[in-house]
Amino acid sequence: MSCNSDQPDMNRREFLGKSVLAATATVVAPGVMLTVANASEEGASSAVRWGMLIDTNKCADGCTACVDACNKENGIDLMQRPAGQADEMWNAQRPQWVRKVKLRDKQTGEISNLPMMCQHCEHPPCVDVCPTGASFKRADGIVMVDRHTCIGCRYCMMACPYKARSFIHQDVAEQLTGTPRGKGCVESCNLCVGRIDAGNSTTACQDACNKDGHQAILFGDLKNPESAIAKALKAESSHQIRADLELNTGVRYTNI
Amino acid sequence: MIKTQYRELYCSSPRYWGGLASLAFIILLGLGAAFHMEHNGHFVTGMSNQIVWGLPHVFAIFLIVAASGALNVASIGSVFGGPMYKPLGRFSGLLAIGLLAGGLVVLLLDLGRPDRLIVAMTTYNFKSIFAWNIILYTGFFTIVGLYLWTMMDRKFEQYKRPVGFAAFFWRIALTTGTGSIFGFLVAREAYDAAIMAPMFIIMSFSYGLAFFIITLIAAYWWAGRTIGDLRLAKLKNLLGVFVGAVLYFAMVYHLTNLYVTQHHGVERFILLDGGIYTNMFWIGQVLIGGVIPLFLLYSPAFTTSRFAISVASLLVLIGGFFQVYVIVIGGQAYPMNLFPGKEVLSSSFYDGVVANYTPTTAEALLGIAGIAISMTLVAVGSRMLRVLPESLEDPAEGECA
Repeated sequence: MSCNSDQPDMNRREFLGKSVLAATATVVAPGVMLTVANASEEGASSAVRWGMLIDTNKCADGCTACVDACNKENGIDLMQRPAGQADEMWNAQRPQWVRKVKLRDKQTGEISNLPMMCQHCEHPPCVDVCPTGASFKRADGIVMVDRHTCIGCRYCMMACPYKARSFIHQDVAEQLTGTPRGKGCVESCNLCVGRIDAGNSTTACQDACNKDGHQAILFGDLKNPESAIAKALKAESSHQIRADLELNTGVRYTNI
Repeated sequence: MIKTQYRELYCSSPRYWGGLASLAFIILLGLGAAFHMEHNGHFVTGMSNQIVWGLPHVFAIFLIVAASGALNVASIGSVFGGPMYKPLGRFSGLLAIGLLAGGLVVLLLDLGRPDRLIVAMTTYNFKSIFAWNIILYTGFFTIVGLYLWTMMDRKFEQYKRPVGFAAFFWRIALTTGTGSIFGFLVAREAYDAAIMAPMFIIMSFSYGLAFFIITLIAAYWWAGRTIGDLRLAKLKNLLGVFVGAVLYFAMVYHLTNLYVTQHHGVERFILLDGGIYTNMFWIGQVLIGGVIPLFLLYSPAFTTSRFAISVASLLVLIGGFFQVYVIVIGGQAYPMNLFPGKEVLSSSFYDGVVANYTPTTAEALLGIAGIAISMTLVAVGSRMLRVLPESLEDPAEGECA
């Protein structure tokens, strides 16, 4: 084509048009692929509600099997203490999805031990207050945080009556694929959601407790009347922690 | 009646640019501090999983509350028709925008992921009062911006009253939202109280007016202009009413809590044996922020003393800062009562014990930078816009009747 021609440079237009098409395809295609991939998988079902029953009589004083197992399962043990950080500060800042608490009744002197973690409320205050909806409850009752939309405002931590949430205060050098973790986001116990979605029926803490012979933790479907947990809950009286708030927790305790 | 002439804030160059340079330096330090915290993570701060909102939040909430209060002067002028306040309306609007901007910058830079601001602005959970606050803050800028326009452009003067009304209601909604951030927290004993919202509103009246008086006196000193005694006396008397009202609301809040047995623990903590928080309450909030300013504002010995009015306003701000500190940090430091009737013998997560919090320099620098940002916006705004009257001398006898 002559440089002096008044005609538009069709080759150039074609080239630009194709470039735009290619760029659009590059941007959109992965999203489409992901949506297609997701669509084939089954989502969480509201026909089940995952929960836990903890028998505090069986929870042994000084035993931290559940805490250790949780730390390993979720890569919490991979977190490094920042150089020079004091013990007390590290304890206050490191993530703790489950913690052991030892109590004494002020009136009777009765001692009880129990693991404390996210109680997976039916009406979770953390979900109510989250400005972006990053804190959410799945159809099967598991309360967890979407690390893609968490802005790190920590309002959920202010709202949680169980102090169950942890903020990631430092860089994350190593993490597990199943438990993504990022500096500046909030996280908490998710009832080993990865295991459950893979078809397992136990959590890491329950396995560890059973392995040590205590059998203080029972995990299962609260909605299935045939499940071990539903039968146990029906047979003996159990408590919700801070039942006064009427959050209908998914984690229940006996003998406290 | 003499027409009010507005003129940009002019003063000698070294004075103006020197002031701006000092503010810019403070802002630079604050931005450095924010970078330090974001780059390393919040472990370099005094905040933890126990005290999740620290000193930056105290500064941010203090400035945001003061911002809506600073608009009051404009509201009194154009909504309630107070003639003495009318010439002050424009400056009041500018100060409100400046204070809010400063507070929001601090709030944003203290997020775990400030880079996700766009997520916060586009993904809303409408059950969250925090999400509503984001809308209230952005709306405040827009409405007060329009309000300033109607006050400054004669062509739109007829809209001044309706826009002024809208701004007034919006500012009430905004502070209700800020107070409700705490009022809606059922988990913690120091919060979970409906009185939080009106208490924050009255706090905003007081802090906002104190900020207004200080910046007004400073601007007129800067520019070598004069303010009449009568006008200042009006402002100071109003401040006195607000200071008294803040004390009253604080008293009602604590009395209500004291009546509820379940809340005796947290009241004992704040009022009696909470160490630094008790001191901040009695010495900071009540004495410095309440009793002394009331004395300075109402004592016949200081009727026309500019110095006394400035000091009183400054003390109101310092006391207000302590008040927000006690609410935000003190309320978190007191342990949540997860197991009523039980004492916690051991826990790796500090259950049942008062949480420790020592703010770091970086947190303080970020917070102070927020104030500097507000003041810079006000200084630049007053230099570029005609918001300050040439003279604020008292009108001649009978003009304001």
